[in-house]
Amino acid sequence: MASTKDAFEFQAFEEAGNLLEENRDAVTISIEDEGGKPKRAAAYSPGGNEEDPLTSDDRTELLSGQKKSVPFWTFEYYQQFFDIETHHVKERIIGSVRPWPVKNFIHVYLRRNPDLFGPFWICTTLVFAIAISGNISNFLVHLGKPNYKYTPEFRKVTIAATAIFSYAWLVPLALWGTLLWRNNKILSLVSYSFMEIVCVYGYSLAIYIPAVVLWILPYEWLRWCSIVGALCLSGSVLVMTFWPAVRDDHPKVMISILSTIALLNVLLAVGCKAYFFSKPEPALEAEISTAAQAIKATSST
Amino acid sequence: MASAEEASRPFAGLSDVSISEDIPVEGDISVPMSSSRRDDEFSTLDEPVKETILRDLRAVGNKFIHVLYPKRSSALLRDWDLWGPLLLCVTLALLLQGGAADSDDQGGPQFAEVFVIIWFGSIIITLNSKLLGGTISFFQSLCVLGYCIMPLTAAMAVCRIVLVGGSGTVSFAVRLVVVTASFGWSTFASTAFLADSQPPNRKALVVYPVFLFYFVIGWMILTFSPSQ
Repeated sequence: MASTKDAFEFQAFEEAGNLLEENRDAVTISIEDEGGKPKRAAAYSPGGNEEDPLTSDDRTELLSGQKKSVPFWTFEYYQQFFDIETHHVKERIIGSVRPWPVKNFIHVYLRRNPDLFGPFWICTTLVFAIAISGNISNFLVHLGKPNYKYTPEFRKVTIAATAIFSYAWLVPLALWGTLLWRNNKILSLVSYSFMEIVCVYGYSLAIYIPAVVLWILPYEWLRWCSIVGALCLSGSVLVMTFWPAVRDDHPKVMISILSTIALLNVLLAVGCKAYFFSKPEPALEAEISTAAQAIKATSST
Repeated sequence: MASAEEASRPFAGLSDVSISEDIPVEGDISVPMSSSRRDDEFSTLDEPVKETILRDLRAVGNKFIHVLYPKRSSALLRDWDLWGPLLLCVTLALLLQGGAADSDDQGGPQFAEVFVIIWFGSIIITLNSKLLGGTISFFQSLCVLGYCIMPLTAAMAVCRIVLVGGSGTVSFAVRLVVVTASFGWSTFASTAFLADSQPPNRKALVVYPVFLFYFVIGWMILTFSPSQ
């Protein structure tokens, strides 16, 4: 009788008890919610538990019971990335423009639930915002000039779409590949999935929508102030998110990865401003228009 | 005891039920309605073509009226059709032609661009609504989004008429008011149909793409400038 009791004795309870003692914040199963999600709110303490992410992430992944592996060609696979509500989206957008207190966007806001709704619709809105604002600003710059004929310039929508969507998808792909490659060489405690990186990049573009609307006004100082402000906010969110993933690495690699992230962000912002928003140059415009009139006069005679 | 015996009597003979093989099983599988349905098919084959076309046109026109007065009716959802959206899309794309799109590359939208924006945009919004767990079906949603373009098409026709009179600031102000009103009407009409199919904590997530879609179409209408 004693031997059978030993064979059936559950070892798991002891482990859980030991771990509970050393870490009060770890996720535990509760028998009541057998089929439900584990209580996520207790699992993450934003702002300091840098050693915990691995243990708590592993536990939630193993114990959550909702990470079914559905093949990626079914509809349900994509439905799991739209499992969010309105207030989640609001919180994530606000969190992406507010880099204080110092926190990791993925840990605090995504919490293992990356969504594709935010990145996709933020990118789409940004594309149309750039095209429309560029159009309005061109119109305002040339307002009152007799030679200007207003054109809606719909070609620019496709160019803006290509630029924004390739930034929002190809750069996360490259970054994810780089992190995966470095993880093989250096065991890092923190690793992000591809969808989480896409999500961070998508939400980090949210600050550019009001910035782009501000660029309608044809004042250079205003444009440069807003671009610098937006760059600082979104760049800092990105850098602070990827800092835990690369800080265990060789310092040169870490600096190069972080500076590439910031540099691509800057390139996108400045490139959009330069291409879609023309600078008001009154002296040059007057010269060109008088020269054109002179040429017309000589050709008609 | 007697009742128990009575209760067990229906089941008493079950133990030795067997179907003898030489009992022929025969019958007549005929649906009693079939004769009248066959009459119907023949009657629609015999009817004049004008009648067939008018029936479909009347259905489309009925749905237009439902868009004009967007109550919570289910007519658009129950008998969806894509004729109305096609008509509206072609009309809008044709009206957007003849603008400042001569040979200039930076002109207005081409016919194909308007088509692609409307249909591709509707498909994306429908996919978004279904991914968020909506109960509306794919084609029903396409039908609703297509029919709710009607106020914007009417606004485009009004804008072209206003532009005949001149393209100064007054005409721009009038066009702005008309396009804004019709954009609001379109968004309100489509959300009256679509928002019911979503749980309340996701309604805004479904309504925002619809808002963006009609905003872009309204922008295309507002920036239409005729060629001089």
